[in-house]
Amino acid sequence: MLIFVFRRAVLALLVCVTVLVVSFALTRLSGDLAASIAGPNATAEDVAIIRKNYGLDRPLTRQFADWAEAAASGDLGRSYLYHAPVAGLIRVRLPVTLTLGVSGLAIALAAAIPLGILAAMREGSAIDRGIMLVALLGQAMPSFWLGLTLIIWFGLNLQWLPISGIESWRGYILPAIVLAFSAIPALMRLTRAGMVDALSADYIRTARAKGLSRSKIVLKHALRNAAMPVVSIAAVQLGFMLGGSIVIETVFALPGIGYLAWESISKNDFPVVQAVVMILALFYIGLTLLADLMNAVLDPRLRAS
Amino acid sequence: MIPGFERHEVAGVLKLRHLATAFGGLIVGVVLLVGIFAPLLAPHDPFAQDLMHRVVPPAWMGGSPANWLGTDQLGRDYLSRLIYGARISMLIGILTVVTSGTIGITLGVLGGFFGGRMDDVVMFVITCRLSIPLILVALTVVALLGSSLTLVILTLGLLLWDRFAVVARTTTMQVRNLDYIAAARASGASLAHILLREVLPNILSHLLVVATLEMALAILLEATLSFLGLGVPSPLPSWGLMIAEGKDYMFFSPWVIMVPGAALFVLVLGINLLGDGLRDLLQAERV
Repeated sequence: MLIFVFRRAVLALLVCVTVLVVSFALTRLSGDLAASIAGPNATAEDVAIIRKNYGLDRPLTRQFADWAEAAASGDLGRSYLYHAPVAGLIRVRLPVTLTLGVSGLAIALAAAIPLGILAAMREGSAIDRGIMLVALLGQAMPSFWLGLTLIIWFGLNLQWLPISGIESWRGYILPAIVLAFSAIPALMRLTRAGMVDALSADYIRTARAKGLSRSKIVLKHALRNAAMPVVSIAAVQLGFMLGGSIVIETVFALPGIGYLAWESISKNDFPVVQAVVMILALFYIGLTLLADLMNAVLDPRLRAS
Repeated sequence: MIPGFERHEVAGVLKLRHLATAFGGLIVGVVLLVGIFAPLLAPHDPFAQDLMHRVVPPAWMGGSPANWLGTDQLGRDYLSRLIYGARISMLIGILTVVTSGTIGITLGVLGGFFGGRMDDVVMFVITCRLSIPLILVALTVVALLGSSLTLVILTLGLLLWDRFAVVARTTTMQVRNLDYIAAARASGASLAHILLREVLPNILSHLLVVATLEMALAILLEATLSFLGLGVPSPLPSWGLMIAEGKDYMFFSPWVIMVPGAALFVLVLGINLLGDGLRDLLQAERV
């Protein structure tokens, strides 16, 4: 077990380093970052001044080393746009994105698990097909379009919920539902597949032969085994959802790091972009590591590989 | 025969499945044809502005039959823009899948066939790719290099290969120890011959299913990038861009976002239905 944990941790660390290099290289893609910041109307002198002031005249490796060293101690540089430390900008906005992500995941699980169980129990029936059809429809729905549609329905026509901002917790309802929608199909299919497998396993037949009630068999014996992949995928999904928050936060004007990232990208504020890419990647890496370790604890067979 | 089901029940489910697959195929086929023959089908020039007739509602909502789906904020014919938009979505979908498929399948087959160190490297590259936030990176690339159709295709193609690699790797592992590979090896076939002529054709059906999933994803992502203003540049009639441009008018004229959104939804649904049908066919074959 200890060796497994160690190997996984080393791998995660290597991935971190690679992603750091990529997120740094990304912002240097255009060749001349100073020219990108200065914009198309800048003179050569302007560009030269920007290059000097932002330290972009140093060799790339030097820039990367300085950035990585500062980032390791929590200093993510200064925003060109806000003229403030990037770390502070992110710290203020991160709770919004995390609240959105976690409530989205909670809604997704609350919908996907019961529906998946129901579909598996009635495998091949009209209910099963109906539920799978809903999954297909959900998969085809562009999240930004769903967001706008809900804004028109619930915000404007019915006036039940706020359509933007987070003055109260009610502001999170619509964005969280839209975010959940993107995760429901995958989680539901996985619950269904796991339950179908589990329900046909020998130990279920034994439980049935013992005369246990149907609900007890489904909830206690089958679900426990079917839930494992769902839990680990849920962790990975949360990572994806945090990455997808950029779209939802822009549609609903939520002041989270997704909105910050979009704003920084459209205004060439690259220290912020670099930092947000890094933070989201770190979250994803951390969550997958957690999922792997959780699986290894639950299922000893996985530790061998 | 599936135990626990009467014969006619199984036939009923199968028929419904086939119907859904055929429906998906029909949607994709129609959108593809509309895209190809856009110049013949579009009633107006999709770029021609008419500032006297802006945001005219569709014909059945009080508009005129001249602009059957109404006009946008610059008075351009919505139906014509929708028809040319099919071209952009299909182009993005197909070319992205070709690019990402080439990258992913190469990586996956190499890792799955050789195993060992090679496989470790492939798995590492896949893990790194998955850790990178997709939309954020795509937006940054487009922002830095300037938006164009080619750049969007390349960016998505370079990012969406992970599922191809994962599936190609597992399926290659399944076939690499089979007798016909050993036979090919024994008869002195070259490595390239074994990979391209023996392995690839035998995993192709699985990759086809992935291709439909990725095509749907690429189309949705292009729409998302264009919606966020960093995808296909204006005035090209991308469906995502049409939604973005209509957003300011959506409270008084909801159809400006409903029409392109519905088109996007139906196309992606069609591709997914087709993919699901292919997957079922594969599973039926294996049983």
